[in-house]
Amino acid sequence: MKTRLTFAAISAVLAVALAGCGERPQVVEYKQGTYSGKPDNPPWDGARFGGNKQAWESAVNNRAQAQNEYKRTN
Amino acid sequence: MARMKFLCDTERCIECNGCVTACFNENDIPWGISRRRVVTINDGVPGERSVSVACMHCSDAPCMAVCPTDCFYKTEEGVVLHDKDMCIGCGYCFFACPFGAPQFPNGPSAFAARGKMDKCTFCAGGPEENGSKAEQEKYGRNRLAEGKLPLCAEMCSTKALLAGDAAVISDIFRERVMHRGKGGDAWGWSTAYGKQEQTRERTQEREQKREGTK
Repeated sequence: MKTRLTFAAISAVLAVALAGCGERPQVVEYKQGTYSGKPDNPPWDGARFGGNKQAWESAVNNRAQAQNEYKRTN
Repeated sequence: MARMKFLCDTERCIECNGCVTACFNENDIPWGISRRRVVTINDGVPGERSVSVACMHCSDAPCMAVCPTDCFYKTEEGVVLHDKDMCIGCGYCFFACPFGAPQFPNGPSAFAARGKMDKCTFCAGGPEENGSKAEQEKYGRNRLAEGKLPLCAEMCSTKALLAGDAAVISDIFRERVMHRGKGGDAWGWSTAYGKQEQTRERTQEREQKREGTK
């Protein structure tokens, strides 16, 4: 009887002690939502560039280079 | 291409607030909303630094992750924009943003009473027809569709604020740093009074002259 009680007590302690091993990760992984608004046109899709992406890219690049005064002064 | 980014050179920013004024004017922003602002660190202390801050158009934008109505989207050029028709003014994006970029017309009001969120659009408008009246009224001017860059950067008098493709503006910044050096070279002391070697040469010349006259 005493042995049975001891066995039951040890089993109960082990079950409680090992309960933590089954813990699931609790860090939330954020997922970006899917855009649900109106679609937008790309900037080159307008009257100025008429869908010509390359022309738009070169225009913006030229504009960006105008911020480099070392190129503007030399 | 492209990842459109802003880069503010704190060695050059003189806290003139020209970028803020340009932004207000170009996008017809009402008072109470600051899409861009100039923050000064150690104000009044020698060595203070100013930096112009707006939406940084994050590569992994937290505002996009927290929006309950999913009204944010990222364009092909890497600009983070949102659809104002979907915005419910919950303010979650404001709490998520590390730069305080999202602004609300009614200020710190109760949940959903803040009004539609407004933020820097990189002068790229929003989900309306490019250059249309509706786009101008809701989001401001679409300069990107005109082949131009944001006005705040383009009219920065000291060119502290750079805007454009990340690779291009980092090249500009790198070249600038290589030219100007560091310490006194960066803020013009050496330009005005000469570099150490020049000063040393002049002192030697003066001493030689003095010895010659004796």
